[in-house]
Amino acid sequence: MQELDTVGQGSVRVTRKSDKLVILEKDLATEQMVLAMGPQHPSTHGVLKLECLTDGEVITEAIPCLGYLHRCFEKCCENVDYPAIVPYTDRLDYLSGMNSEFAYAMAVEKLLDLEIPRRVEFIRVLVAELNRIASHLVAIGTYGIDLGAFTPFLFCFRDREIILGLLEWASGARMLYNYIWIGGLANDVPTDFSKRVREFVNYFRPKTVELQNLLTGNEIFLKRTYGIGIMPAEVAINYGWSGPMRRGSGVKWDLRRNDPYSIYPELDFNVAVPDGKNSVIGDCLSRHLVRALEMEESLKIIEQCLDKMPSSEGFNSRSAIPKRIRPKAGEVYSRAENPRGELGFYIESDGKSTKPVRCKARSSCFVNLSAMKDLSKGQLIPDLVAIIGSIDIVLGEVDR
Amino acid sequence: MEEGKAVSQSVQESAAAYRVIQEQFGAAVSAFDANETMPFFEVVATGRWVEIALFMRDHAKLKFNSMACLTGADYPAENKVGIICNFESLALLGHKVAVKLKCDRTGGSLPSLSCLWHTANWHEREVFDLFGITFTGHPDLRRILCPDDWEGHPLLKDYKVQQSYHGIKVPY
Repeated sequence: MQELDTVGQGSVRVTRKSDKLVILEKDLATEQMVLAMGPQHPSTHGVLKLECLTDGEVITEAIPCLGYLHRCFEKCCENVDYPAIVPYTDRLDYLSGMNSEFAYAMAVEKLLDLEIPRRVEFIRVLVAELNRIASHLVAIGTYGIDLGAFTPFLFCFRDREIILGLLEWASGARMLYNYIWIGGLANDVPTDFSKRVREFVNYFRPKTVELQNLLTGNEIFLKRTYGIGIMPAEVAINYGWSGPMRRGSGVKWDLRRNDPYSIYPELDFNVAVPDGKNSVIGDCLSRHLVRALEMEESLKIIEQCLDKMPSSEGFNSRSAIPKRIRPKAGEVYSRAENPRGELGFYIESDGKSTKPVRCKARSSCFVNLSAMKDLSKGQLIPDLVAIIGSIDIVLGEVDR
Repeated sequence: MEEGKAVSQSVQESAAAYRVIQEQFGAAVSAFDANETMPFFEVVATGRWVEIALFMRDHAKLKFNSMACLTGADYPAENKVGIICNFESLALLGHKVAVKLKCDRTGGSLPSLSCLWHTANWHEREVFDLFGITFTGHPDLRRILCPDDWEGHPLLKDYKVQQSYHGIKVPY
């Protein structure tokens, strides 16, 4: 081993020339570099900016900067009537509009103390679970792309297209549905809807396995996600994490099961948590696995909804919708299990106005993303991409 | 709530949790509002907020390990602004309770809870941004949704949007 003259401040850059190490550069500065990632960056899933302080390739601190998509959702709500807020809620988490509408409708119904027809509840859960699968397909597909796997993305979008087609058939829109109204639905589902959904379930069930094999059978994907970005359960709860993120940390807690709403108590499904055999509990891979497992559980729920749904005879989807929505004075905090976690609505009514005094959306992505600073410390830059992807943020909901 | 209607179990649990807090802190907390949609109490002695919150988090009968939500609110009639915190004992005791705090509308401040729940960090920044409440002891109290040099706090009821921002006309 030859001696290298590395006297000086800072690092050196060397190369090998015919078994000899040659110094290319000396006295390289080792101070921290600021790397701005986003807001226009493909792997930040929207207009998120991360200000990374890096030491070489290691991140010492990553500070998320948000607000690029802030559209004053809460201020808008104070200026429109209760039913007019429904389309706004679609635009929070635009990948799962049905779930957001569902959460909002439930919050106002609690204030109004409304009784909802059973068929409405079944249709709501049905479309919400379909939307959950569509949303998880985007999450899984784009996560693959983040880590260099292009094929799963195409598979995911091919299957998601069928769901969007079904939801479009029911509501008339592909993403921003305005379908679940306070006290009911915009309209009943089309006549053959159940049949087509059943066809989809039968088609999609083997596809979930195929998709799973494509990603978790891929050595590169595993290497990029295994043991990266580990979040212990206690810290996850303290951070207010919810949904697949919290379950990825091994907390077996699902709103649909542990604090059930609508008709979920009647349905049989498992709460998906990683078993720790293939992944480290709380790492990126665990969170991915939870999403993959949840799609299968959603299929189960959809099948049960189809079996148990009351018939459409004499059914009017708008029968329980109040003519004028003016809740009595009071407040409500109500939440629902969305694909990305708990979406909570805090609504305050003064009892006189047809507009809410205050309507806050507790966004799951916003809370999940707030752990970014702790998660990214000491990680490599490519791993940062894996971590952001596993959080599965939708900036429409983060910035509101 | 209608007269004679049975109080639901979740409200009873919240009331039980409240009694534990009330025993410890007495007049620092207000009476309990046992409504069905969001049972809450108010912390009157806002200076003791961190102490009360720590008690709520760590007491064996309370164990509120999760702060679900922190909302800002404006009460122009009382000339106050405030926050509403929703707590839950997640996967432990399962009970929930909401806590309200109020402070002066201009230059008001409340103690920060970001030392107890990480969730509070960004939520308090959001309340600071949109309502202008200062949180004492917050490690990084900056605007979060609006730009750093934005004027005013948009969710206040008497908010008037600024005419121009860096030469761009704002109101349309």
